[in-house]
Amino acid sequence: MFEQLSDRMDSVLKHLRGQGKLTEKNIDDSLRQVRRALLEADVNFKVAREFIENVKEKALGRGVLKSLTPGQQMIGAVHDELVELMGEAASPLTLMDTPPTVIMMVGLQGSGKTTATGKLARMFKQQGRQPLLVAADVYRPAAVKQLQVLGESLDVPVFSIEGSEDPITICSVALQKAKQAYQDIVILDTAGRLHVDEDMMAELQSIKKAVGPHEILLVVDGMTGQDAVNVAETFNDQLDVDGCILTKMDGDARGGAALSIRSVTQKPIKFIGVGEKLDALEPFHPDRMASRILGMGDVVSLVEKAQASIDMDEALKLEEKLRKETFDLEDFRTQLKQVSKMGSMEDIMGMIPGVNKNALQGAEMDEGAMARLEAIISSMTLNERRKPNIINGSRRKRIASGSGTTVQDVNQLLKQFNMMQKMMKRMGKMNKPGKLGKMMPF
Amino acid sequence: MLGMLKRLRQGLTKTRENFVKRIDQAIRRYDRIDEDLLEELEEILIQTDVGVETTMKIIDRLRERTVEERTKKPEEIQALLRDEMAAILGGHSPPSTDVELTTGPHVIMVVGVNGVGKTTTIGKMAARYKQEGKTVLLAAGDTFRAAAIEQLEIWAHRADVDIVKHQQDADPAAVAYDALQAAIARNVDILIIDTAGRLHTKANLMEELKKIKRTLGKLADGVPHETLIVLDGTTGQNAQTQAKIFHEAMGGISGIVLTKLDGTAKGGIVLSITDSLSVPVKMIGVGEGIDDLQDFDAKSFVDALFE
Ligand SMILES: Nc1nc2c(ncn2[C@@H]2O[C@H](COP(=O)(O)OP(=O)(O)OP(=O)(O)O)[C@@H](O)[C@H]2O)c(=O)[nH]1
Ligand SMILES: [Mg+2]
Repeated sequence: MFEQLSDRMDSVLKHLRGQGKLTEKNIDDSLRQVRRALLEADVNFKVAREFIENVKEKALGRGVLKSLTPGQQMIGAVHDELVELMGEAASPLTLMDTPPTVIMMVGLQGSGKTTATGKLARMFKQQGRQPLLVAADVYRPAAVKQLQVLGESLDVPVFSIEGSEDPITICSVALQKAKQAYQDIVILDTAGRLHVDEDMMAELQSIKKAVGPHEILLVVDGMTGQDAVNVAETFNDQLDVDGCILTKMDGDARGGAALSIRSVTQKPIKFIGVGEKLDALEPFHPDRMASRILGMGDVVSLVEKAQASIDMDEALKLEEKLRKETFDLEDFRTQLKQVSKMGSMEDIMGMIPGVNKNALQGAEMDEGAMARLEAIISSMTLNERRKPNIINGSRRKRIASGSGTTVQDVNQLLKQFNMMQKMMKRMGKMNKPGKLGKMMPF
Repeated sequence: MLGMLKRLRQGLTKTRENFVKRIDQAIRRYDRIDEDLLEELEEILIQTDVGVETTMKIIDRLRERTVEERTKKPEEIQALLRDEMAAILGGHSPPSTDVELTTGPHVIMVVGVNGVGKTTTIGKMAARYKQEGKTVLLAAGDTFRAAAIEQLEIWAHRADVDIVKHQQDADPAAVAYDALQAAIARNVDILIIDTAGRLHTKANLMEELKKIKRTLGKLADGVPHETLIVLDGTTGQNAQTQAKIFHEAMGGISGIVLTKLDGTAKGGIVLSITDSLSVPVKMIGVGEGIDDLQDFDAKSFVDALFE
């Protein structure tokens, strides 16, 4: 998700970490690299500029030049600024004591409003609530039908007025119906529109006035470029939105839009969409994401995911191993087996600290690759699995032919594993039990 | 032709205003070309989503040329900038949307990530070819997204062309196969195949696209004749990865359609993409209407930006 950005950050910070003493010049040099990393991640150029200025000020203010550990001070400053920018804690939706709570979805064309509407409906339904979906997109061909199909698959009612071209009336009538039918959540799926289309923006204001939504959620494509700032600013100015949903975050989008939007609107990202299926919606955790950007991985999420899909014992064992630095190839294999239950390989790897996503890119993380990894590890002796550093050239050849792979494959696996181990060591040193993932890697 | 240029300009007004205004303002503040001015130009390019690498490349060239050509006046740098941008955009074979009618239907497959404007673009293309007097058939190859088939049906109706469809969740390769068979049997000129939006990172979904292509190839040689990737003009640097990976997966993309240029997105991503891949931008989308589709022409694109 934030892969590229965190890779870049990683190398910049690694370089900084090694510095004995910092001068103002090499601070500037590394900050220029951080700026570039941010720009390549589609963070808006103004936001990036401000970010860099703030970090510099922070670092200098903390006496980074005289510090004995200037690298750490700098990293600390980058991290703090990132957290400040993104906000600390997750921001849930506010639900009304007297139902129905009305949620209004707005955004550009193709940003993913209808799918997000379906995902929210599913979430509410699982919480035992009764959502009503409102088909207020009367413009895009078959938009109403799309919502109806989603509603049907979720067994959630969808309100629409056949032949009506007036979204304001549709929303108002829907609200009345919801009250009569004791639906406690109403989600308005409005048509996508350009923020510069004045008539269409006025329409949203009219809907807002007519139904008084409690949550206005701006749905933004996670791959949006520099324009994200204009979009978010305009929607927020005209509608005073309550938060955002960032969609399509299951790809390799660098997600800089998240930082930009947050920075110009001061409104929280509440959810991220991570897939086309209706269960692919996650609450957004800015604090965790900040660590992730810095290449620490998101161990909290990893462990939580593990707990949800693997039995507790396994998850605890994993946590224990991470802490005690005894994670070996045998564990790696067990984990691989478990991992397939936890989600896509890419997601999982993204959460493991220090896994170099560039190295992973070559190795396609599909079923086949998983099977290959497993085959390689299975062709090792137990001793080799426990002490991977004894695996020399001739052992590599044997393992490759035993597993029907190539020596390069074996090398790559060992390299990956090696990196993982190193990072875990670093984490092990800084982590006190129970505080996994909250620390900085130094 | 004149009308088309005007539409292009209208479509690009937002882009142009922003671009030209900012460059003008920057230039006016300087009485000579120096690093500060170049840095301002750099920021302007970044802001249009051109991307760091391509921006650096352009700025480096400007720096070189101002020395070589002894350019001193800030006003002159605009011409240089325009030159460099046109060079990147126009460095490839001039795009053509005129289809060469082979024997049998000319087949166009349309691919891209979710929500970029594939189906809408297909609707617009169908209308355009129909107006040119060609017979067009559409294939509802998005059997995944809810109501995607209905959406394409509405566009087929608007453009007054035929459509081949299966049920929701049917195998898209089978839809494409049937459509091609129908296209051959009915002797239509152009078959356009819609596909479900998919992120380029999903290996299995990319496989599905390859399968559609393979299946088509079984019926006729050299099919599809064109594979167009649709990119959302508001997308940032990720558009480049999208183009690259679809290009690789499809064994070559023949062209790019850049949509949603009627907003404030600057479309600068076109530069980074043409800079790194030799795939031409063929058309641009400038609205949701049936005739909001225009041929992309590097020169008028840059001219419209700078005039
Ligand atoms: N403003 C504007 N909107 C556009 C343009 N092209 C497409 N759209 C809108 O973008 C939204 C998505 O378009 P679709 O054609 O459904 O996109 P798609 O790529 O087929 O989407 P999926 O099939 O869901 O992946 C619709 O609301 C279109 O009306 C354009 O050039 N400008
Ligand atoms: Mg579509």
